Amino acid sequence: MDKFDFEITLDGERVPARRGETIYEVSERHQKDIPTLCYDPRLEALGACRLCVVELEGARNPVASCTTRAEPGMNITTRSSRLEMHRGVLLEMVASENRDLDVDPLSGYASGEMATLLDRYGARSGRFAGAKSGTSRPDDDNPFILRDYENCISCYRCVRVCAEQEGDYAISIMNRGFETQITTEFEGLLKGSACTFCGQCIQTCPTGALADIKALANKDVPGETKKTRTICTYCGVGCSVDVMTREDKIVGVLPAMDGPANLGALCVKGQFAFDFVSHPDRLKAPLVRGEDGELHETDWDTALDRAAGGFVKANQEHGRESVYGIASGRAPHEAAYMMQRFIRGGFGTNQIDNCSRA
Amino acid sequence: MSNPLADMEKPDVIFCIGTNMTECHPVAATRLKKAIAKGAKLIVADPRRIPLAEMADIHLPLRVGSDAALLLGMAHVIARDGLVDEGFVAERTTEATEFLEHVAEFPPEWAESITGVDAKLIEQAAQWYGAAERGAIYYTLGITEHICGVDNVQSLCNLVLMTGNIGREGTGINPMRGQNNIQGAGDCGALPNNYPGFQSVLEPAHQAKFAAAYGRECDLEIGPTKVQALDMCGDRVRAMLIDGENTVVTDPDRRHCEHALRSLDHLVVIDLFLTETAKLADVVLPATGWAETDGVCSNTERRVQRLRAAVSPPGEARPDWWAISRIAQRMGLKGFEFESAKEIFNELCSLSPIYAGLDWDRIENSEYQWPVPEPGHMGTPILHEDEFLNGRGIFHVIRYRDPAETISSDFPVWLTTGRRLASYHTRTQTGRSSGIDYLLSEERLEVNPVDVTNWGLEDGGWATMSSPRGSVKVKVEATNRSPLGTVFASFSFNDVPVNFLTGGGYDPVTHTAELKVCPVRIEPA
Repeated sequence: MDKFDFEITLDGERVPARRGETIYEVSERHQKDIPTLCYDPRLEALGACRLCVVELEGARNPVASCTTRAEPGMNITTRSSRLEMHRGVLLEMVASENRDLDVDPLSGYASGEMATLLDRYGARSGRFAGAKSGTSRPDDDNPFILRDYENCISCYRCVRVCAEQEGDYAISIMNRGFETQITTEFEGLLKGSACTFCGQCIQTCPTGALADIKALANKDVPGETKKTRTICTYCGVGCSVDVMTREDKIVGVLPAMDGPANLGALCVKGQFAFDFVSHPDRLKAPLVRGEDGELHETDWDTALDRAAGGFVKANQEHGRESVYGIASGRAPHEAAYMMQRFIRGGFGTNQIDNCSRA
Repeated sequence: MSNPLADMEKPDVIFCIGTNMTECHPVAATRLKKAIAKGAKLIVADPRRIPLAEMADIHLPLRVGSDAALLLGMAHVIARDGLVDEGFVAERTTEATEFLEHVAEFPPEWAESITGVDAKLIEQAAQWYGAAERGAIYYTLGITEHICGVDNVQSLCNLVLMTGNIGREGTGINPMRGQNNIQGAGDCGALPNNYPGFQSVLEPAHQAKFAAAYGRECDLEIGPTKVQALDMCGDRVRAMLIDGENTVVTDPDRRHCEHALRSLDHLVVIDLFLTETAKLADVVLPATGWAETDGVCSNTERRVQRLRAAVSPPGEARPDWWAISRIAQRMGLKGFEFESAKEIFNELCSLSPIYAGLDWDRIENSEYQWPVPEPGHMGTPILHEDEFLNGRGIFHVIRYRDPAETISSDFPVWLTTGRRLASYHTRTQTGRSSGIDYLLSEERLEVNPVDVTNWGLEDGGWATMSSPRGSVKVKVEATNRSPLGTVFASFSFNDVPVNFLTGGGYDPVTHTAELKVCPVRIEPA
C-alpha cells in the first residue's frame, strides 16, 4: 500500500500518487479539505454535487475531483477565488430548495454536513429563495427512519448506500429536477419494500432528510452528547458502534466507520434495538426465594450468602461433582473466564459449559 | 472462521450451506453481496427459499437433515471430474486414498435419492466449487444442529481439503458464530474439555499449569456437557450457576429442561431480566448489561475487541464477573480478589497461549485476531496458511445417517427452526426495544401455500402443531419460502414455545441438539 507510482502538482507542491487514485483521494491525504456533499468514501463516486471541482491545468473548465483519476504530471489547484465563488453559489442554490438548513445532530452521522459547509462558505444569504423540492412522507409510520424529503438535496447517497453497501436496492430515484423524489417501488412504505431498516441511509444523509426517529425522540434530553466506542451486542460479527449518551442515558447508536468488522455498516438490531438497556423490566436488586415460595428483593450481602451457602451445602452433602456452571455466550470474556475459574478453582472439576450447544 | 470477514468480498465461488446469513449475520452478508456484485458465483444449500437463495446462481433445496448426502455427492463429482488439487492433497493432507475410494460409491444420482435435489444441480455446484480459484464455504447452525453435526462439518472439511480452498485469501471454511461472545466463551475455557485457550483438560502439563494458577488441581477428565448435566439434575448434579442464558426457552424439549432445573436443590441465575429460567431460581443476581460493562469479546473471525461502559447500570446491578467472584469469596475460596475487568483479562492472557501476545491495553483498537502467540506478533487473520494445527489435514470417511426422527403417518411434516432478522434469541432484548414489534410482532409458522390448502389451514389462521413431546398453537403464514412438506418457525416468542416439540436427538460427540429437524403433525386449530 505504501508504494507510489508518480507525482502530481497539488497547489504548487509536488506530491506522490498511486495509479487509479482520484484527485480527491490524493488531496484528502494532503489535508486539502475539499468540500463535498454527494461523496461517501465507501461508495462509488458520483460527481453530482460539483462542490469538489478543482482547476486542472490545460482543462477549459474545472473538473470534479471525486471522479477524475490522478495522472502523471497533472497540475491541480484545489482552492482559488474562482473555485470558492463557484462553491459558494452552488451551496446557496442547494440550500434554497430545503425547508430547514439546520437539523438536530441526533438525526444521523453525517446530518450536519450541509449546514457546516453553508457556514464555511457564508452561503445562508437566501437570495435564491423560491421553488422547493422533495415531498416528505409523513404517512410512513415506521418507527425508525424519518422520510423528510423537503430537506433532500438529491445527492443520492441514500440510494447508493442501499445498493452498494447493503445490497438491498430498496429505494431509487424518480423524476428529474425540482420533481426529483427518492422513493420505493410503487411509492409505498419502507415496510412494504426490500428495506431491512439497517439505517445506513440515515447515517449517510448530509442534511437530515432521512433521520433516526429513535434518537430524535431523545432530542430534549439535556446535556452534551458523549460518544463511547463499543461492540454491538447482537450476533457474532462484532460490529463497532459509538453509543451516544446524554447525562447517563443512551440516546442513540452510530455505526463506527472505522470498525474493522463492519466498516460503518449495521443492521436493524444494532442500529435501533438499544433501549432494552433502560427497560423498566431490568433487574435492579438481587432476588431470593422466600419461605412462601416466591422471589423477593434483597441486598447483595444476603443474596451472596444464600448463593454461596447453596454451593457449600451441595459440595458437603453430595460432593464436588454436584455443582455445575453454565457460562453465557452474551456476557464478556471476564464473565465466562470467572465461571470456569469458579468451577475449576472451587471444585476441581470440569463441570462447566456454555450455551453454544443449543 | 478460518478467514477474516474482509475476505468475504474476495471469493470467486461462494458456497453457503445451512446459513440464513442475511437475517442472522446481516452485516457479514453485505460483504458477500459485494462479492456477488463483482461477479462471484453463489451456491446456496438450504431447504428453504431464504433471501440468500433468492440471490443464488444455484439453490440446492435439500431435504432437512440430508446435508451429508449432498456433500458426499459433491465430493464424488469433484473426484470423478479431475478437480482434486493433487499438489495440495499430497503435501498437506492424509488418508486421501481411503476417502477417494469411499466417495466413488456415491454418485449425484444417489445423493438426489436422499436429498431430493436434482443430480444435475449437485453436479454443477460441485464443478463450480471444485474449479474455483478462491472457493469459500460459509455455514451456521443449519450444519451443526443435527445428530450428525460433526459429520456435516467434517464433510465440508473434506471438500476443502480435496480442492485446497484453505489457507489463502478469499477461501476457507467459515462457521458464522451466533451470539456476540459465543466465540469468547470458548476462548475463555467455559467448556468441559478445555481450559482457557482450548488447552485440553486431558493433558497433565495443562493440569499442572492451572493448578499452580488456581491453587487447586482439576480432574484429568472431561466434564459433562450442558446437555448431559441437565439429564443429571436432581441426581449427580444438585446445584447450578447459570449466567445470562434463558435455557428453558432456547433449549430443546422444554418440558424436560424445566423439570431438570426444578429438581435442583440450588439454582443461581445471573441475568438482566427475570427470564423464564430465572423464575425457577433460588437466587437471582442482577447483571450489568451491554453499554454498562467494561470488558472484552471475540467475534466470529477471532477478533478480540473491547467493550466499554457508556452509562451506569440500573439500581444494584453488578458485572457478572463481580457476582461470581464474590460468591467464590463467600465460600471461603482463595484467589478471587478481583477488582477490575482489566485484571481478569490480563490473567486470562497470561494463561492462554493464543492470547499470550495480548493484554488489556494492546486490544484498544480491535486490531488483533488470535492466535497472537507473543507480544509484537501481528495476529493471525488467516488460519492454516502453511500447515494445519496437527500437521496434516485429515480426510474423514463419512456415511449418511437419517435424522433421529423421520416423518411417519403420525408426524408427516418436517419442522425446521431458526431465527429472524428483527429478533434475537428469546427476545429478552429485542422484545424490549421500541419499534421492533412494528417489524415482527408475533410468531408465524411458514407453510407452503399448497400445503396450507391441502391441510385445511388458512393464511393468518391458527394451527396446532404436535410432535411426540408436545403441541403448540401457532398462526399460519402461507409462503413459498417453505418447500412442500416442510414448515419453519423461530423459537423467539415465548407464547409459541416451539422447543416444547424439538429434541428428538443429539450429536453423539458435541451433544448439540437436532433443532433443525423435527417431524410434526399440523392440524387446523
